[in-house]
Amino acid sequence: MADKFLLEIGTEEIPDWMIPPALDELRELFTKLLADNELSGEVTSVDASPRHLVLRAGGLPVKQADKDELLTGPPKQAGAKAAGGFAKKQGAAVDDLQVVQTEKGEYYAIRKEIPGRQTRDILARSLPQLILKLYWPKTMYWTGPGGPRFIRPIRWIVALLGDDVVPFELAGVQSGNLTYGHRRLGGARVPVTVENHEEQLEKNRVIVSAAKRRARIEAGIAGLLDGTDLAVKPDEGLLQILTYLTEYPTPILGGFDESFLDLPKEVLVTVMRHHQRYFSVVKPGGTLAPHFIAVMNIGADPDGLVREGNERVLRARFNDGRFFWDFDQRQKLAGRVEELGSVTFHAKLGSYLDKAKRMVAIVESLGGGEDAKRAALLAKCDLTTEMVGEFPELQGIIGGLYAKSQGETEAVGDAIYDHYKPNSMEDGIPSTADGRLVALADKIDTLRECFRIGAVPTGSKDPLALRRAAQGVVKILVEGGLTHRISELANGGEQLAAFFLDRIRYYYRDVRGFAYDEVNAVLAAGSDDLPDVEQRLTAITAVRPTADFEPIAASFKRIKNILSQAGFDGGGEVAIELLREQEEQELYRTFLTVREDVEGRRAKREYQPALEAIASMRPQVDSFFDEVLVNAEEPDVRQNRLTLLAGLLNEFSSIADFSEIVTAKG
Amino acid sequence: MDSFQNILFKLKKYWGDRGAILQEPYDIEVGAGTMCPETFLRVLGPDPYRVAYVQPSRRPADGRYGDNPNRLYKHQQLQVILKPSPEDIVEQYMASLEAIGIDLRKHDIKLEEDNWESPTLGAWGIGWQVMLDGLEITQFTYFQQVGGVDLEVVPVELTYGLERLSAFLQGKDSVYEIEWAPGVSYADVRHPDELQMSVYNFELADVSMLWKLFDLHEAEARRLLEIYPDYEEKNRFPVLGAYEHVLKCSHLFNLLQARGAISVTERAGVIQRVRRMAVGAAKAWLDQQARAKEEAA
Repeated sequence: MADKFLLEIGTEEIPDWMIPPALDELRELFTKLLADNELSGEVTSVDASPRHLVLRAGGLPVKQADKDELLTGPPKQAGAKAAGGFAKKQGAAVDDLQVVQTEKGEYYAIRKEIPGRQTRDILARSLPQLILKLYWPKTMYWTGPGGPRFIRPIRWIVALLGDDVVPFELAGVQSGNLTYGHRRLGGARVPVTVENHEEQLEKNRVIVSAAKRRARIEAGIAGLLDGTDLAVKPDEGLLQILTYLTEYPTPILGGFDESFLDLPKEVLVTVMRHHQRYFSVVKPGGTLAPHFIAVMNIGADPDGLVREGNERVLRARFNDGRFFWDFDQRQKLAGRVEELGSVTFHAKLGSYLDKAKRMVAIVESLGGGEDAKRAALLAKCDLTTEMVGEFPELQGIIGGLYAKSQGETEAVGDAIYDHYKPNSMEDGIPSTADGRLVALADKIDTLRECFRIGAVPTGSKDPLALRRAAQGVVKILVEGGLTHRISELANGGEQLAAFFLDRIRYYYRDVRGFAYDEVNAVLAAGSDDLPDVEQRLTAITAVRPTADFEPIAASFKRIKNILSQAGFDGGGEVAIELLREQEEQELYRTFLTVREDVEGRRAKREYQPALEAIASMRPQVDSFFDEVLVNAEEPDVRQNRLTLLAGLLNEFSSIADFSEIVTAKG
Repeated sequence: MDSFQNILFKLKKYWGDRGAILQEPYDIEVGAGTMCPETFLRVLGPDPYRVAYVQPSRRPADGRYGDNPNRLYKHQQLQVILKPSPEDIVEQYMASLEAIGIDLRKHDIKLEEDNWESPTLGAWGIGWQVMLDGLEITQFTYFQQVGGVDLEVVPVELTYGLERLSAFLQGKDSVYEIEWAPGVSYADVRHPDELQMSVYNFELADVSMLWKLFDLHEAEARRLLEIYPDYEEKNRFPVLGAYEHVLKCSHLFNLLQARGAISVTERAGVIQRVRRMAVGAAKAWLDQQARAKEEAA
């Protein structure tokens, strides 16, 4: 009879963000365990709260299937004595032996039945290792050095196969059928079965299903705002955090004094979102309302104690914000430049004062005007303010707000405000031209300096977030339509230029979703001017579906192969008198016409018609390959044909290298 | 409503009842209770230990002239060390909150990831910040390494922020409004300290004197630690004396920082100097304890 299986690893509170990947891995590891042991059955669900990691499986057999196995013994020519010895060792009579034909000749063999092992035994033996195999970003030991490592101490384990406990021990914990409810609202040592586990936990105020907790939070919020004109500011990331930070979540609505709404909304939202994990609440029209939604890890707040507590904490935080704002006005940003000398940018690269000076120089080299240079000089000054000391995630933004309130121009303020953008590939680029220059200068400086001292990302290690910086540069150049050359930005550094190329490729493929072969084709024809890359890429995407395109791309690939097989490396002119066949003459004439057309269009960046013109040569190219043998006997004729093909390839590969296009024909 | 001092009494009694030695504050300036020998040295080695003490913790750079309702140059921590950590430590901790009158069925408590690390002590641990109705009240840490040494027995460290906890219990918006004793406010007791020490730390401390003191204490700590390997009667050797000079250096470093006297390029180097001494003291202490054990056996 097939059984259900339940595993619950009971721990102390696991960091919320680590739980979903761990569950995926738990599912994989258990599925593999079944497969490795030739057990049928499958994982039916994985789920978790901060203290309960749960896996459920179904269809497990009581034991492995029995197996017939053929054991080979000595070779037949070893004789009867050897056969007798083999039989005896296997606990069988000589008569039980058979002779089998193998690659190496005839051998004695015996058929033995291997009884399947009990599933429960297999699980008992394998589960401890399986549990310890789960990957966590940072682990600890708690029983002593050399003891098991896990994300937090394991305090209990439930392991049930049908009605039976799967017995094993891990970190001094014996598996059993007892779980633990909510720390304050539930019971300890609660007996469960495979069937009633979820229900028993819920009675003990642990909702083990993340989906149910999430739904409970959403429904709770809807209930709180029902009948008001308020709306919650949607925040998927925060919802996810709170789902995995609670076992029995209940939202509450709190308020704060209207006067705090005078503070910049950036400060208010950061305090609520990042420091207190509250949802912001907005009025119709989207302006902040003097309310917040907190999510508790208990069922209710009948006396309003939790609401009052949270309101008091928020009031203190907002008061801090107000205090910092006022305090910071004692010294203007411009008066803080020298102080940057005592703020470390990087141990080997000196202070932010050094960086600010370099940024100004870069902005200048990129053609920035006075506002952009001023913004570059002041961009990092907010690092010395109380506000950024308290809310580091607001760096840049605070500088921008202070600049404007202290009489700097709107342009300077906006440029400082935006200069960390884009923070991710989903984030927008700075909204003003000056902002884009300052953002570029900041990132380029970091990249150049880090590459200069060899602090280059390796594998998954990128502590200085250089990939994000380079990705930001690419995004700003493309989306800002800026033609600054990558080679100039890399300052002649080949390693940095190659790093940029990787990021450009990633941007077009993964962020923008262009086909990888089109990206390769376009980048092979040049990657220095990104707005131009963008135009060529758009053109090739438009031309790709037309009838002639893929065939001509296939032909270009063929040309490339022919040239490389022939070892042809010369350019030279085509000798008209050596063009014997009608098809090659025809191709040459077409080539000349099309070349003129393409050159004119390319100069005007009319890439799509240029590509269409190239593709229109397909009939001539096809008949050339149908009728003309490139490898003619006479060397000069052959050389001439190769020259013609090389001309075609070179002239028409400057928009995109067609041979990079993956076609059905190869 | 309990006064600040009553809350303290109750917490100390709670942990005293659970086998902790109740110590008085260490009499040298520290930035955190962790730095006191009762924690830093006692967590090393195999011997079980339980201790609780209130430690005034000085962080010169956090001073705000007594103006800010939530920020202090010197705050009071209740430091609890349980070595080894009991299996039900989280439960015991929560019960300690109930012992000071917080009904956790009516309050929201969350354990949020917050690992602790001190580069100057060569120490780190895994743990949480404990949030009570959105307020961080305790740092909860399972130590893994101290003085650059993997710990033989994993202790738990509970650090209660007493001002915050008291403000919470008394419903105050400013730490200065906390009732320290009946009729006496926190401001009555501590405001001059906050104001005057902020002025000293930020404005008047003599930088060259601070550097001179740093060098003197460093030289003494290093001199002692260098003697240790050849010192005959190891059990008499003042590792604790050496460590006190390390603590002095650490505090002087914090003062120099607050005074803005440590340049970017110097900073990492100074941290390294303090760390080297702290690690040296930890190693000497471990060695001394192990020898004492051997001799006793």
